[in-house]
Amino acid sequence: MSEVQRRDPRREWIARNRLHPQHSEVMAELGRGAASEWMGPHGVLRRNPHAVGFTGPNGVKRIDRSGAQQGVTGGGASAAAAQQKPRVEISDPAFSVVVVPDMAGGRLSGHDRDLLGLARRLADADDQAPGAVLAVVFGAHKESGFEEAGIDRLLHLESSDVTGYAPEARLSALGMIDMAWSPRHWLLPDSKLGGGELGRRLAARLGERPVAGVWQVEADPGQATGWRCITRGAAESLDIQRELPRIALALAECAEPVSDIRHAATPVALPEPLPATLSRIEDLGQVPVDPAGVALSEAEFILSAGNGVRDWDGFHHTAEVLGATEGASRVAVDDGYMARDRQVGATGTWVTARVYIAVGISGAIQHLQGIQTCEKVIAINMDPGCDMFKRADLAVVGDSTRILQALVARVQQSREEQRDAA
Amino acid sequence: MQPETATTPALEATVLVSVGRHPVTGRARRADQDARGVELAKSLPNARVGLLYAGHLGSDNESALRGYLGMGFETLSLLEQPEGADVLPALAEALEASSPQLVITGERAEQGEGSGLLPFLLAERLGWPLVTSLAAVESVENGQATLLQALPRGQRRRLKVRLPALLTVDASAPAPRQSAYGPSRRGRLDTRAAEASEDTAWAEWQVQPARKRPKRLKIVKATSARDRFKAAAAKAEGGGGQVLSDVTPEEGAEAIFKLLREEDVLR
Repeated sequence: MSEVQRRDPRREWIARNRLHPQHSEVMAELGRGAASEWMGPHGVLRRNPHAVGFTGPNGVKRIDRSGAQQGVTGGGASAAAAQQKPRVEISDPAFSVVVVPDMAGGRLSGHDRDLLGLARRLADADDQAPGAVLAVVFGAHKESGFEEAGIDRLLHLESSDVTGYAPEARLSALGMIDMAWSPRHWLLPDSKLGGGELGRRLAARLGERPVAGVWQVEADPGQATGWRCITRGAAESLDIQRELPRIALALAECAEPVSDIRHAATPVALPEPLPATLSRIEDLGQVPVDPAGVALSEAEFILSAGNGVRDWDGFHHTAEVLGATEGASRVAVDDGYMARDRQVGATGTWVTARVYIAVGISGAIQHLQGIQTCEKVIAINMDPGCDMFKRADLAVVGDSTRILQALVARVQQSREEQRDAA
Repeated sequence: MQPETATTPALEATVLVSVGRHPVTGRARRADQDARGVELAKSLPNARVGLLYAGHLGSDNESALRGYLGMGFETLSLLEQPEGADVLPALAEALEASSPQLVITGERAEQGEGSGLLPFLLAERLGWPLVTSLAAVESVENGQATLLQALPRGQRRRLKVRLPALLTVDASAPAPRQSAYGPSRRGRLDTRAAEASEDTAWAEWQVQPARKRPKRLKIVKATSARDRFKAAAAKAEGGGGQVLSDVTPEEGAEAIFKLLREEDVLR
C-alpha cells in the first residue's frame, strides 16, 4: 500500500455538510465521528456544538460539564485516564527496594499491589534521594500493568530452572540480586502462594532476622532503619511493635496500592547468568484433584448453572470434562437441580474463582455480589440484554446446551491432539 | 508380620511439637499443626516416630504436652529451656545427635513470635532440604520421599525430595486423632538438659494483645461531584467485555476455549 495520503474532496464536503444524509458515516470514517472538537487543517480549533453532550435515558439531550465526557462516546475515557497519569522516572536512585510478587495466575494480585504500594512508601520517603522499586518476576506472566503498579525496574527471570516449584533455584537468584543491588529493603508477600516460603528461605540464607506478618509500617526516626512496624504474632493473637528489619513479609492491605502515577518499569537483567543449582526437591507437577471435593469458596474454576439450563446431564458432563467445580444460582437450587451447598451468591457462597462460567444465569444482583472477586467471568445466555453480560469479560449469546456440547467436543479434540503429539 | 517389612530398616522420623494456644479460651493445648504432623508421622508405614519438644516446662504446659503422648506414644523427649529462650541451637544439636531421616513440624507456633521461621532456620543450619505445606507422604523408598504438597484453592502438587529432609505441615494435612487420657497420663516426659540461648531481640519489642485491623476505606479520587456520585451509586460492571452474538455454537465454544486456555485452567 502506498504511503501517499490522498484527499477525497467529496468526503470532505460531506464532512463539512452536517445535513448530508451520509454525514455521520463519513465522520466516523474520518475518525472524528463523535468528537466535538478537532484541529482543523489550518491549525484552527474547530468545534461542533451539535456533538457536545449525549442523549439521556428519556431522549433529552444532556451536557456534562465536568469534563469527564467529550462528545457522544464516553467509552475511551478510562483508557485516556491511564495515559494521563503522570509518569515518574527515577534515573539515579539512592537505594533500591526489592519486591518479589507472587504473580498468582501470572498477574499481580491485590496483595502484590499492596506490597508495591508499601515499597513505594519506603522508596519515596525522602524527596531528595528517592529509591527505586525493583520487582523480581519468576516465570512467564500475563501482566501488562507493571507501570501503574509503581515498579521502576523489572527483573524478569524465565529460565527453565526457576519456573514451576523451584525454591532453591529462586533462592540462589535472590542471593545474586542481594549481592548485585544490595537493597535497603526486601519485601515479600506473607502468603501461601510461595512468597511467604521464599522470604523465609531468603532470610535463613542471608542470616538475618526478618519480620513476618507485617500489617502496618510507620516512619519512626528513633529506629535505626527509620521505620517501625506492627506485626501479627502467636496465631494472630498478638500485635508486636518493633523496628522494621531489612527483610519483611507483609500481609495483604499493609499499604494503599499505587493509583495515580505511572513508573518506568524498565527491564533490567542480572549481571551474570544464574548458576546451575542441583535441586534436592524435584517437582513432579500438579496432581489432578477431584473438583467436586474442592470447597466452592476457594475453587479456582467454577461452572455455574442457572434457570436457563435445560440439559442437566450435559451440564454435569461438561463440568467433569473441564475439571471445573459446579456452582448454581438460587433458582437452580430452589428447583431442586443442584444441592444447596452449591449456591453462589448473597445467600449462598461468595466465591473467589479465577474463572467463572455462568451458564443460563441472567445475573440477579445477589448473584453478582457473590462473584464480585472473580477475575474472569464468561457468560452464556439466550438474552443479550441480561445483567450478567454487563459483568462478563466474554459473553456468548446462544443456546447453552449446544454451546456446552461444542465446548466439550473442542476440549476433547485438543486433548487428543496433545496425546497424539506426545 | 510381613517378611519384607521386617527386613527393611525402620524409617526414623522425629516430630517437633510445641505448646499451642486455644483460639477462644487462650488455654494451653496441643498445637493444631503439630498434632497434624504427629498424625502424619503415625500414618507412615514402618516408621519409628519420636517426639521432641524444646522449651519451658510449666504446670499448664505439661498437660498440653501430655496431649501428644495420648496419641499413642510412651515418651516425649524434652529439652529444658528457660521461658522465652531461642530454642533453635538446642533443637539443631539434638537433631544432629539423633540424625533422623524425616523431621516433621507445624508451620507456625501458636505462642510467642510465631513467625514460622524455625523450620527454615533449622533446615539451613542442618543443610537439609525443606518442603512446606505438606498434605501427605505418598511413599518413602531408596532415600527419597514422594510427597503431596498442598497449594491454595485445594490443589495438590507432587514433589520428590531426598532424605534427610524437613517437612512442615499446615491445616490441609489429615486431622489429628483424639488424645486418649490413659496413655497421656502413663507416658513419660524424658527431660534432658540442653544449652540455652537467650532471645535478646524479643525483649526489646512491645507486645500487646492483637487489636482489630482497621477496615480499608474505599478511597474515591474524584475531581467532580458527578464522579463522586457515580462512584457511590456504581453497579458492578466489568466494562469492556466482549459480547458474541449471532455466532454458531462452535464459534462461541472456540472463543470460550481460547479464554480458558489463556487463563490456564484446563488440565
